[in-house]
Formats: sequence, C-alpha cells, structure tokens
Amino acid sequence: MTHPTLATFRPATTEPDWMRRILIGLVIALLTVLLFAPLIAVFAEAGKRGLAFALQSLTDPDAQSAIRLTLTVAAISVPLNAAFGIAAAWAITKFDWRGKAFMITLIDLPFSVSPVVAGLCFVLLFGANSAIGGWLVAAGHPVIFAVPGVVVATMFITFPFVARELIPVMTEQGRAEEEAALTLGASGWRIFFTVTVPNIRWALLYGVLLCNARAMGEFGAVAVVSGKIRGQTSTMPLMIEMLYNEYLSVAAFTMATLLALLALVTLTLKSALEWRFADQLAASSRH
Amino acid sequence: MHIEIDDIAKTFGATTALHPVSLTIPSGALVALLGPSGSGKTTLLRILGGLEFPTSGRVLFDGFDATGLSVQERRAGFVFQHYALFRHMTVFENIAYGLRARARKSRPTNAEIERRVHKLLELIQLPDIAKRYPAQLSGGQRQRVALARALAIEPRMLLLDEPFGALDARVRKELRQGLRDIHDQTGLTTVFVTHDQEEAMELADLVVVMSMGRIEQIGKPTDISARPATDFVRAFISV
Repeated sequence: MTHPTLATFRPATTEPDWMRRILIGLVIALLTVLLFAPLIAVFAEAGKRGLAFALQSLTDPDAQSAIRLTLTVAAISVPLNAAFGIAAAWAITKFDWRGKAFMITLIDLPFSVSPVVAGLCFVLLFGANSAIGGWLVAAGHPVIFAVPGVVVATMFITFPFVARELIPVMTEQGRAEEEAALTLGASGWRIFFTVTVPNIRWALLYGVLLCNARAMGEFGAVAVVSGKIRGQTSTMPLMIEMLYNEYLSVAAFTMATLLALLALVTLTLKSALEWRFADQLAASSRH
Repeated sequence: MHIEIDDIAKTFGATTALHPVSLTIPSGALVALLGPSGSGKTTLLRILGGLEFPTSGRVLFDGFDATGLSVQERRAGFVFQHYALFRHMTVFENIAYGLRARARKSRPTNAEIERRVHKLLELIQLPDIAKRYPAQLSGGQRQRVALARALAIEPRMLLLDEPFGALDARVRKELRQGLRDIHDQTGLTTVFVTHDQEEAMELADLVVVMSMGRIEQIGKPTDISARPATDFVRAFISV
C-alpha cells in the first residue's frame, strides 16, 4: 500500500491548482485589455511623431492655461473637500441626531447623479438668468462660464470621496478613544489632533488621493458650467476633447498622457507610503 | 472623596435608563454596581465621570455640587470596557497623555513625566513594556495599562466599566487582586460596574444591585447574600 504524500493533500480552503491558474490568468487578461493596453496606446499615440513634437504641443498658451487651471482647481477643491469630508464624517459617526440617514444619502448624491445633470443644475442656480446668478454677474463675479463655476462643479463631484473613506473607519473605531482622552482632561482640539486624526490618517490619505484624481479628471459637470472657453475656463480633460475633435491627435494624446501621468504619480505615492509604513498600517488596524 | 448621588434620573428619548436613584459612597470605598445589562449601571457610572449628564438630580463630590462640571474638570480616572487605549501611541505615551494634556503652567517637565510613568508601570507590575504598542499586549496587560493611564492624572476617584469583562477566567482572578491592591495603596474612592455577582461579592466593600434603572439593594456583600431585599436580588445573586 502506498501512503499518500503530503503534496497530494491540499488545504480545504484553497482551490485546485488549475482553477487558480485560470482565475489569475483571466484577471491578468482583463487588466491587460482594459487598463494596460489603453494606457500604452495613449502613450504611443502621443509619441508617434517624436518626443520633441509632443512636448512642443504643451507649450501652446491654451494648453498651458488648461494645465494651470486643472492644478489650481485641484489645489482649491481637494483641501476644502478634505475639511468638509472630515466634518461630515465626524458629525455622522460621533453624534446621534435626527436626519443622520438623510445626510448619508445626501453625501452619496454626487455619485448617483450624472455629472452633466449636476452641471446643468449649477447653470440653473448660478447662471445669468437666475436671481443669484444675475446678482453675481452684476457684482462682477460671474460663476457660470468662469473659473469659480469650475471649482464649484469639481467640489460637488468630488465631495463624497473623503467622507466615504472616513465614515466606515470612524464608525468601526467608535467614540471610546475620544472619550478616554476627555476623561484624561484633553480639550476638543487636542483630542482631534492627537487622537482622531492619527487614527484616520490612512483613510484620510486614500480619500484625498481619490478626490484629487477625480478633481483633475472630471469632465461632464465642468464641461457644462465652464462654457469651454479656451485659455480661460478649459481644464485638461476639456482641452483633450477639443484637440481630439480638431484632429490634433498628437496634442490631444500628449495632454492625455500628462493627465494619466498625474494620476500615476498619485497612485505611486500611495503605494510608496503603504510600503514605507506597512508595519504601522498593520499595527493600527489590529486590535 | 465622598460621593453623593441625589435623585439622579436619565432618559434617552423615550427610554428611561435611570429612574431617580440616590446613593452615598463613603470616601475611600470600593463599590460595585452590579446588575444585568440594561440595568442602568453603566449610565450611572458615566454620569459620575461626566460623560453623560443626568436629566434631573445632583451629584455631590465632598458636599460640593459637581453636576455641572465638565468631564475634564471632574478628574475622574476612567477605565473603559475595552480599555480604549490610544492604538497609535506606545504604552508610555498612553500613560503620559493626561499629563501632557494639562495647561502649560501645571504641566510637569518631561523628566517628571518620565519619572511618573515609570512609577506607574511599576505599580501595575509591568516595568518593561513602555515602548510597546497596545496591539502587542495581552488583554490583561492592556487592562493594567488602562488603569495606569487613569491613575496618571492623579484622579479624585476611579471609575471602571466592566474592567474584567474581556478577560479569561484565570487572568480575571489575578487582576481582581491587582485592583484591590491598587485601591488599598492609593486609597481612592473606586466604583466599578460588573454583571458578575461573584466578582462584586468578592472584591467590593459595598455592593449596589441594580435592575431596570432602579437600585434594588445597597449593602455589604455578606448582608446582601444573607438578606436579599427583593426577589430580583435573591434570583440574581443565586445564579
């Protein structure tokens, strides 16, 4: 009689080898077709007439203005949304109040409403034909077809990211540590900075990174409220579309490459931080 | 410190957590609030610590009305049910937290903080764990660190919410004695909440049996087991 060797046993929770290979292969194939191939196609298209030619297209004043505007809008909307997101998550997880469920739904609204519809709502609200908009235009601060509108639309679209990341983490952590700090005599702000923020810093970072990626990439809502004025209210995504429609494919794809690279920088930053603080991350999630 | 609870009641919306209850805790006593879950014992403890405010009634500390005092002003050392240690801080920083949180003029120097933290670590008999994080400690060690953190602020009283609830039976017995020793050394008025009648009877000088937001009986452990005042007490302590 032959004894079965150890290798013939497999743990009950593991799939057979062939199954694992098929599943992993399937995922890799899908990632290649849906993620890597398009990215490489964009890079290739941008570089098909040489690097110098591609870079030349970025020196165009309208292109430079678009890059500046995208970075400015992100620089304004991301910190504000981080602050609002913390405030919303704090209100939802640390207190009990009437209308809490409604507030959670409200936070999700930008996810469920089509960005174009959101943009149109802002045009109705702040456009020159509305009461508020008429007053703003008369006061010399137009919102629609101007930079403030782009910022407002971007903030609306990216509002949920930080709050959505924070709410589950803060719910799971509960209020006990804050209460403990209270009994030890700490003031509200001290508790916020020494207990709350350190406990949510990873979720906060992910939220901010996602928020930033979306702020730079938003198209629909911004397209409606900005009026796509070249050199003034055109962001990078709008510029890419306009260039593409004018058959300036190298310029379009060079801009697209730059936008993709900005997103990749964000992702790399996140991975680098995860790798650098892996032990801390593991320690803080265990109990 | 002498604590006087005078007709304290607490409602949360439509539910009544505490009917008016009164209780006198003599200075330096070790008191158990004993009862099943939902009996209002934790609510009463949190009212003492200033984490909840009563709907009506007063709390007197040494004859002085403390009802309106904020948590920070009460200086109650509070040990939470799951200890609520700051997970991103070392044991040292956890214990030092209350000292560092003081206003600048009453804040001890770093050297003084270090001295006091180490003294507390010796008191809880864990002198070598200052650099560890809460996640690296056993349940019993966490409980003792939480106790040291509460003692660091030089509290006027010690309040513990189910201090042994999350521990296994052997560790529980050990730490019971530990709490008794610390109480006897510091002389602090100590109130702890438990649902374990054996624990209450063995450890406390005074046991307060609670049910459905009311105090059923107050007495020495021997009196309560010899002469239960109500059917509820009889049934509860015979479990």
